[in-house]
Amino acid sequence: MTKSIVTPRGQKPNRISAGRIILYSVLVVAAVYYLLPLYVMVATSLKDLDQVREGNIFAIPLRASFDAWVKAWDTACTGLYCEGLKVGFWKSVQITVPSVLASIAIASVNGYALSYWRFRGSEVFFTILIIGSFIPYQVMLYPLVIITREMGIFGTLPGVIFIHSIFGMPILTLLFRNYFAALPVELFKAARVDGAGFWGIFFQIMLPMSIPILVVAVILQVTGIWNDFLFGVIFAGTKNWPMTVQLNNIVNTTQGVKEHNVNMAATILTGLVPLTIYFVSGRYFVRGIAAGAVKG
Amino acid sequence: MSDNNSIEIKDLKVAYGEVVVLENMNLEIGEGEFLVLLGASGCGKSTLLNCIAGLLDVKDGEIHIKGKNVTWEEPKDRGIGMVFQSYALYPQMSVKGNLSFGLRNAGVKKDEVERRVAQASEILQIEPLLNRRPAELSGGQRQRVAIGRALVRDVDVFLFDEPLSNLDAKLRADLRVEIKRLHQRLENTMIYVTHDQIEAMTLADRIAIMRGGLIQQLDTPYNIYNNPVNKYVAGFIGSPAMNFLEGTLTPGEAPVFTSGDLSIPMAGYGLTQTLGTAPMQGVTLGIRPEHVLFGDSASSAPFSREVVVEVVEPMGADTLVWAMIGDLSFRFRVEGQLQLRSGDKVTIGFDPARGSMFDAEENRI
Ligand SMILES: Nc1ncnc2c1ncn2[C@@H]1O[C@H](COP(=O)(O)OP(=O)(O)OP(=O)(O)O)[C@@H](O)[C@H]1O
Ligand SMILES: [Mg+2]
Repeated sequence: MTKSIVTPRGQKPNRISAGRIILYSVLVVAAVYYLLPLYVMVATSLKDLDQVREGNIFAIPLRASFDAWVKAWDTACTGLYCEGLKVGFWKSVQITVPSVLASIAIASVNGYALSYWRFRGSEVFFTILIIGSFIPYQVMLYPLVIITREMGIFGTLPGVIFIHSIFGMPILTLLFRNYFAALPVELFKAARVDGAGFWGIFFQIMLPMSIPILVVAVILQVTGIWNDFLFGVIFAGTKNWPMTVQLNNIVNTTQGVKEHNVNMAATILTGLVPLTIYFVSGRYFVRGIAAGAVKG
Repeated sequence: MSDNNSIEIKDLKVAYGEVVVLENMNLEIGEGEFLVLLGASGCGKSTLLNCIAGLLDVKDGEIHIKGKNVTWEEPKDRGIGMVFQSYALYPQMSVKGNLSFGLRNAGVKKDEVERRVAQASEILQIEPLLNRRPAELSGGQRQRVAIGRALVRDVDVFLFDEPLSNLDAKLRADLRVEIKRLHQRLENTMIYVTHDQIEAMTLADRIAIMRGGLIQQLDTPYNIYNNPVNKYVAGFIGSPAMNFLEGTLTPGEAPVFTSGDLSIPMAGYGLTQTLGTAPMQGVTLGIRPEHVLFGDSASSAPFSREVVVEVVEPMGADTLVWAMIGDLSFRFRVEGQLQLRSGDKVTIGFDPARGSMFDAEENRI
């Protein structure tokens, strides 16, 4: 017998097993499956109308250009107006930024107070808040219309911002409360001995340690509010319709030819903001955790 | 009320919801005293400390610090500094930021802050670390910073909650000495919670042994070691633990303790009370392993006996030996150079006067 027995020593050799190959095949298929629609969208948006009419959606764009993108942004018609998506984009920015800031500001203080400054009835308060997050939106729509109308903010930007802030609160409060509850309580005690008060502890101790959860909250809220359609249609008023509502109007416009390339471009443009948020903050999020931001 | 008490606790009652943790707690701690709270896990040591610090609301009773009733005061107004087991350093601040946080909150002037931080970091030898973050420090360095944070505040009372229990044995021994030095230098009152009886014995002016929210004995380390008031304290203090023989005590001119076929003359034992003449059942005689005599000196002891060695545990400086006396496994300590083996026949003895006897209710007699 000449078959030598290899003594295990040093680095373990990498062997590609059959299981691995199957695993990777499945992953590749899944990735293609999900990437295909994206490819169709991007490809179509780059074609001109002539090629679109040929009807082969998988074809590579022959005379690739961004004309459809420019049109979607600048001149596409939504009902009566032909000013493109840019109007809706800026309205969405005006709605999203204050809503995200307000809801996170309120929820972080809520979560902090609920986990450290237990007051009489704080558990009950928390329970109500959580139950609130399970009630379907539709149930509350009509009462909220009346409430905002009575407050005089129905059909205005502050109106829709108010609604978004309210609806973001339960889940965000839960998020922040659980995050703060996981921090060592001795930190809080030490800060109290050091004479810091409610806001001093919040701003100087807790917030600097909350970067990871703040990023999570921003991702949640930006994507949620940017993608919102329902509240925008109902509470913002026609003049303030966000990008999603405008996109819908562009795509569903009944006059003239169906400009599929413009529709695709408009759709990608609308989805670009949440996508960017994922890419940018996702990396930061991972870094925040790796840097041991939470460890004492 | 005496004037030179630093801390007085009167009829303190503390509960978490319905669970009463401390009740009828009374404690007086002298000016500049080093008091150690020692007890098993969950007996309420941290709870007591948190009450003194003002981090926990009391249900009943009063807490006085420096003659002032602080029961309803905020932690920062009590003149206390606290060091936590988990260090609890503010992770996003530099060491300097950690040290000065309390002073900045109190509105102390900038140059005064600088001066005090410099002074504290000099005492604790953490000057080179001032600009680092806590994550960039070793465990021992972190603990020093945590002590420094209490130090800069220039307080009358220091509270330590198991400050050394996260450190390895060597570092613990080093920092223990440093804390003792610190106390000798500052001469302020310190209350120190620990599980570790060595820490308790070496640091304390007085030790309070706690059990289930009650202080069992509050006394000097010497008295706690030599005259434990009950069986719990006797078994808790001392390592290896005390040997307990169960038996009957026959009082009289020459009291005798009998256990099985053992008969131990108790002449010379300092009774804490006068006993009747009837034999007492359920008595426990406790003998510390280090008080057991061996070899020649054993034969001349008031009680001696030949035993067979069961297990030998050499520990360098000395060796712990297990042997059977009657049906009880008995521990004793011999000099480390003796080469004993399992199965050897040796003579051991002890002076019962150095032991401790407890009645059926486990109280010292
Ligand atoms: N927040 C709390 N809620 C309810 N019960 C508590 C709480 N904190 C402590 N307890 C209970 O109070 C008792 C005393 O706790 P404490 O923390 O004072 O013990 P300890 O002596 O410090 O113990 P250890 O040595 O383990 O730190 C324990 O029985 C514990 O279960
Ligand atoms: Mg404790």
